[in-house]
Amino acid sequence: MLKRRSFVRASLASGVIALAAASGSLLSFTAQAAQPIKIGFSMALTGGLAGAGKAALIAMELWRDDVNKKGGLLGRPVEFVYYDDATNPATVPGIYTKLLSVDKVDLVVSSYGTNEIAPAMPIVMRNKLVFPSLFGLAVNDEFHYDRYFQIMPAGPEPKLDWSRGFFELAAEQKPKPQTVAIVAADAEFPLAAAAGARKNAQAKGFKIVYDKTYPPSTTDYTPIVRAIQATNPDIVFVASYPPDSVGMVKAAHEVGLKAKMFGGGMVGLQFAAIQKNLGPLLDNIVNYDFWAPEPTLNFPGVNEFLKRYQEAAKGKGVDPLGHYLPPYAYAYLQVLEQSVDAVKSFDQAKLAAYMHRTTFKTVVGDVKFGKNGEWAKSRVLMVQFRDVQPDNLEQFAGPGKRIVVYPKEWKSGDVVYPYKK
Amino acid sequence: MWSVDLFANAIVAGLLLGGFYAAVSIGLAIAFGQLDIVNIAHPAFVIVGSYTAYIINRHFGLDPVLIGILFTPVFFLVGAAIYRVYYVAFERTGQESLSGLAFFFGLMFIIEVLLIMAYGVDYRLVSAGYIGRTINIGFVGIPFRMLVPFAVAAALTVGVYLYLSRTFTGRAILAVAQDRLALQLMGADPVKIKQFAFGLAIATTAIAGSLLIIIGPVEPSVGRQYIGRVFAIVVLGGMGSIPGMAIAALILGVVETLVGTFMGPSWSPAVSFGVLLLTLALRPSGLFGRK
Amino acid sequence: MKGRAFWASIVAVLVAGLVLTGVVSNEYYFNALYVILQGAIMAVAWNVLGGFTGYVNFGSAGFFAVGAYTSIALGKAFGPSLPLPVMIAVAALVCGLIGLGLGYLTLRLKGVYFSIATLAMAIVFETLMNNWSYVGGARGAYILTPDSHLWFNSYIEMLFMVMLLLTLGSVVVSRALNASRLGRGLAAIRDDEVAAECAGVPTLRLKLISATVMGAMMGVAGAPYPYFVTFVDPASAFSLFVAVNAIAMPMIGGTAHWIGPVIGALLVGTAQQVITVTVSSELNVLVVGVMLVLFITLAPQGIVGLAQKYLARRAR
Repeated sequence: MLKRRSFVRASLASGVIALAAASGSLLSFTAQAAQPIKIGFSMALTGGLAGAGKAALIAMELWRDDVNKKGGLLGRPVEFVYYDDATNPATVPGIYTKLLSVDKVDLVVSSYGTNEIAPAMPIVMRNKLVFPSLFGLAVNDEFHYDRYFQIMPAGPEPKLDWSRGFFELAAEQKPKPQTVAIVAADAEFPLAAAAGARKNAQAKGFKIVYDKTYPPSTTDYTPIVRAIQATNPDIVFVASYPPDSVGMVKAAHEVGLKAKMFGGGMVGLQFAAIQKNLGPLLDNIVNYDFWAPEPTLNFPGVNEFLKRYQEAAKGKGVDPLGHYLPPYAYAYLQVLEQSVDAVKSFDQAKLAAYMHRTTFKTVVGDVKFGKNGEWAKSRVLMVQFRDVQPDNLEQFAGPGKRIVVYPKEWKSGDVVYPYKK
Repeated sequence: MWSVDLFANAIVAGLLLGGFYAAVSIGLAIAFGQLDIVNIAHPAFVIVGSYTAYIINRHFGLDPVLIGILFTPVFFLVGAAIYRVYYVAFERTGQESLSGLAFFFGLMFIIEVLLIMAYGVDYRLVSAGYIGRTINIGFVGIPFRMLVPFAVAAALTVGVYLYLSRTFTGRAILAVAQDRLALQLMGADPVKIKQFAFGLAIATTAIAGSLLIIIGPVEPSVGRQYIGRVFAIVVLGGMGSIPGMAIAALILGVVETLVGTFMGPSWSPAVSFGVLLLTLALRPSGLFGRK
Repeated sequence: MKGRAFWASIVAVLVAGLVLTGVVSNEYYFNALYVILQGAIMAVAWNVLGGFTGYVNFGSAGFFAVGAYTSIALGKAFGPSLPLPVMIAVAALVCGLIGLGLGYLTLRLKGVYFSIATLAMAIVFETLMNNWSYVGGARGAYILTPDSHLWFNSYIEMLFMVMLLLTLGSVVVSRALNASRLGRGLAAIRDDEVAAECAGVPTLRLKLISATVMGAMMGVAGAPYPYFVTFVDPASAFSLFVAVNAIAMPMIGGTAHWIGPVIGALLVGTAQQVITVTVSSELNVLVVGVMLVLFITLAPQGIVGLAQKYLARRAR
């Protein structure tokens, strides 16, 4: 009798212990699986670049929510750890060292803009981290870091690829234009774009008749455009930031600029509020862009993404349409996600190697990285505004207003030349 | 490459620009030039004026200049209230200049951030029927976008000048700048006068802001670009002199435009401020200032 | 602070810094401390001309940036192997000379006119840098981190020690100016320059010394900056924030005493660093603005002023 009771007790006890052990390991397994994976970055949420920075953040949060709905990265939920760098490069080293040594993030991505990406490079390089980057022009030309990946489709020679299309288009016109005016804002991106424009113009045999820069604090652009007009250029290449882009377009209209092609590297003409305000003044301007709602650019997932972005952006004081930066902000995280899923680890060396050799399928189409982490093939589009109606934002949500005129594989229409009827 | 029509156009454009600068600076000419209040937040108030014009223009379609004029009483009251705080905290205890400066620095940041929190950092623009049209007189082209601000600025400057020199309150304001005790003996309360004057100074920013957003896009930190210019104009013109300020503004506009047209725009700031430094070195009281 | 206590504190802080570099391996703290120390040097420097002598400099960012660009220019001319102390020394020389020039300006300009002139000067320098393509012009310059960091664990630790030494040096100089006969002369100028002149104070000589020291110190604060931030362009080097901090920190700490700017810098600098990595976003700028307004309104003599009032009340 005693033996049976003790046997039962013993087997009960061992059963309980076994169950406890099993559930204990099950609990610890799920606890480990639930441990979040932290992605760290700085973003311009105040200061000059905040408009784009905030829009990018909205897109990135959409990605994070999508990934977490699918179960996270390798079963672990994704968490962002980010700080506002206030468009001030001096804050970036501190932020990234905090992310790495205090917050102990697992992965890092960059902030928006060359000024905010460059200061993070030495820290990222020292820690040998993969660094997906968002819209910096030719940053890696200085560092030659082999784990840097730039989602902006500038191409293997970013400064030249930027304006190459503009000048190729110009050179194709008959009769071939002779003279070029180059004007740029005194700031990092416009000057780099202008330097590339200079080389491209000379390569195509154009004569440069005006080549000046202006301080970004300029109020009235009419005298500048008049001075340009006085040199009688056939082509005018402008590299500018949003307020000056508006100023230049309005001044060109008021002065009656007689150039045959106008545009090139004007930031801001991609932003909804500015497009709406300039309206018909935009007609026939040929400018760079990275995406437009044209049938040739209907990448899988991009329209659904934009609808969700537009919903999320309501009332946040950012670009309501989100055609410029947000799709790329979503895509650079997709690249990270697909690499992690394929390599099945967070090992930075393995991720970097995978990112170098793979063509990714993202909301901005196929992404393949080449030399220096830039796109293997440039996809800087030259877009021409057509038949723009005044004071109408919705017209830009669909096709027909920004015709892709270069390069050939993405063309949705032919360029109208000369620029003024 | 010099040519007569380019030169003429540059002069005209410079005058138009200078007129606009005068509108932005006139409030500071009162606050700083006459009351010795170092209101470094003045451009920030102008931006608030721009946003006011933007919001009302977007919702009700009113002309920006009209909006500016309609809102002057509101801005006046705000200015009067701020002066009250400033007076109690600093002037009464005699701490002005440096503490007042720091106070307004802080105020400038607070205004900028509140604007960002309320409206975000997207660039704002207004629409009005005349923006984009140009009058051509011979070979000189005058865009309405610059002409309207110039006309309004001229009216504002003349109006303020006449007010200050013809009305009792206006003359009291001029007097309090020159001789506070004498004013008291004449039966006017200097503190109330100064409060009125500062309110007037801020009231002008309602109009100046609407002009700014007619000329170009605005976002909260645009004010910073004007800090140097407005102080330079008030000092160049001579503290306390409205006509001096107006002439200084025109000079600055013309110099900036000429340099921008013929030398290269990136040198404009150096030349404008070089002119200021030269004036300060040779004639510190400015063009028309009281010694 | 009495002499012996003062020197003991200096040595103690220096040793504490060295110990910190040995013990703490977390780079973030050194980054944050670098920025706070930079603010401290700028505040101490500003106060020499502003608080002691009464001439308000709006263009502090100009001196800071010229110091930074001196480093960049030297780096481009002689290569990155040029040691940092040489760059700091040259920056001190260049900015000291500019300060000397500024001192001569005070002959003609008083009070707020002088301040406007400093603002104009900073803008002129910014335009010059924007157009000087050797140092990158408006496009900015990249400064790659040199390989050597002596015996320290990392480059930022070395930069931190450099800044600590520079800060302690500035404090020593500032205290020497404040407590000496020179300091009394400066205070006399601040209170009433005409009366001081009549009393026989060599006002020009003192003002020149004051302005040169301020210039040199600010240049020294700026010289290591390119190595800290890797990318420098005129817009960020000449930023308004640098100029505002240089005025706000001494004002909050107290301008009459040499320790005021140090206290102000530690308080404001630490607050800014903490906010950058916690609250973040636009609230950061709002907090600085509110802090400034509150302190200036409620404690116009700064923290030192509050402390003095408290001690005086206790003594009664």
